[in-house]
Amino acid sequence: MFAIETEKLTKYYGKSRGIVDLDLRVEEGDFFGFIGPNGAGKSTTIRTLLGLIKSSGGSGKIFGKDITLQKKEVLTDVGYLPSEAVFYTGMRVKDIIKLSADLRKKDCSKFAKEICERLRLDVNKKVEELSFGNRKKVAIVCALQHNPRLCILDEPTGGLDPLMQKEFFSILEERNKQGATIFLSSHILSEVQHNCTKAAIIREGQIIACNTVDELSRTNAKRIHIEGNIDLSHLSKTKDMHSDDKGISFLYGGDINELIKILSRNKIRDLSISDPDLEEIFMHYYIEGGEE
Amino acid sequence: MTILRHELKQNKKSLIIWIVAIAFLLATCIFLFPEMKGEMDSVSEVFSSMGGFSEAFGMDKVSFGTLTGFYSVECGNILGLGGAFFVALTAVTILAKEEKEHTGEFLLTHPISRIEVVTGKLIAVLVQVVVMNLIIYLVAIGSMAVIGEEIPWKEITLLHTAYFLMQLELGGICFGVSAFLRKGSLGIGLGIAIIMYFLNIITNISESTEFLKYITPFAYAEGTDIVSNLSLDISLIVLGMAYGIAGIICGYIKYSKKDIA
Repeated sequence: MFAIETEKLTKYYGKSRGIVDLDLRVEEGDFFGFIGPNGAGKSTTIRTLLGLIKSSGGSGKIFGKDITLQKKEVLTDVGYLPSEAVFYTGMRVKDIIKLSADLRKKDCSKFAKEICERLRLDVNKKVEELSFGNRKKVAIVCALQHNPRLCILDEPTGGLDPLMQKEFFSILEERNKQGATIFLSSHILSEVQHNCTKAAIIREGQIIACNTVDELSRTNAKRIHIEGNIDLSHLSKTKDMHSDDKGISFLYGGDINELIKILSRNKIRDLSISDPDLEEIFMHYYIEGGEE
Repeated sequence: MTILRHELKQNKKSLIIWIVAIAFLLATCIFLFPEMKGEMDSVSEVFSSMGGFSEAFGMDKVSFGTLTGFYSVECGNILGLGGAFFVALTAVTILAKEEKEHTGEFLLTHPISRIEVVTGKLIAVLVQVVVMNLIIYLVAIGSMAVIGEEIPWKEITLLHTAYFLMQLELGGICFGVSAFLRKGSLGIGLGIAIIMYFLNIITNISESTEFLKYITPFAYAEGTDIVSNLSLDISLIVLGMAYGIAGIICGYIKYSKKDIA
């Protein structure tokens, strides 16, 4: 079963594009990364899935339930962590957590206590006394305390220090091993590469690539770094080229023999050829539009 | 139930402050009555002969020398305006605040339908209006007992019923407006209450603007009319309740379909 399944899901804000004909499939049990820069449509996709905004077209299902017609049932299975956590002023952390559990008509005190302890969250503080990072921790507790089947996390680590990020991802990993699906939206590619098994890249409101992280990282393109004076004007299929006084660095997706031929005609001091990381793959999709 | 409890907790301080403020002013006014009663015959003459001004506040219809006349003008303005401001502010912010304060994302990603959210918030407004009116009614009766005046049960009950209904209508309209707003709701709520109040004053001054009484709920909560007629204008009340219900229905429809920013 698909945890998330959208078909031609579309959202326009007036004339502005949000997402267009978005087809996304996340299988139950996936640790799924949703990658794209600001404005690509990540949050619009999430907000549409959660019923905060109404789609302009297409359809979406979460665990087979329609996101519009069965919104309440859908939200029962979902824990949502927003990118910016805002709560009611004047309330204490424990009251916010209790309110969230009450709205779910569940006693989540055991899990809530466990997560609070692991994230070192002071539940007696008032919301307005909390830093951005601590507000995020409250949101994490609210998103996870009911042990949801699907965790939708929008830019989850913003404001968390590295230790807390590690703890947070270890909680997610445990939940994932227990069967929960994790859907993580991020523009921090290393975060997705290190934690997710599958990922989709969204560009201008459309999915331009969707596969396992390993597959996405596997590409014919290589990162070439050359030190020395070299004329590459005859070399095609290069991308993301940077040059400085010392040398030149670029992604090369053409025939490697062609590259060696050109290099042999020039005098170079050093050469390194490596596989690009996900960040470079992402840039490749963004620069080239993902058609290659 | 969770939404209702949450809203009542959130608005507890504001409700207490408004009740204390209105009840204090009302009681002070009533306590002043025995001292002023003797001087009121001449004052009543002056008040009733101020032309348009007297008509605007209905002071040409009642005697200031009687508790009911005094109460309908002085206390009527305190409770009429105070109650209207409270209900307008409460109702106009109750839906809009979720977007203004960016808490809507938290609330509406829980398994609770928009209809349930709207209903919980509507009941919260209603409960607050009922509590405020009950306490103020008791304070008014108690204050009259303290000054040793015979309590004009019928007049006072009719007056307070009219103010209560007026607040329900205003509340319904402002609640509906709230569903359309994302920010700046306070000014709009106060604006609606003030405009309605002044529309009634204009209605009282000129016969050519009498049609305005079909718009403003202050028309059927005109204390001096109620005290002199010893009855409520049922047709205006029915119309007013229809406006209030229409506002609430608009609120439900809009909020159910609204994109939450």
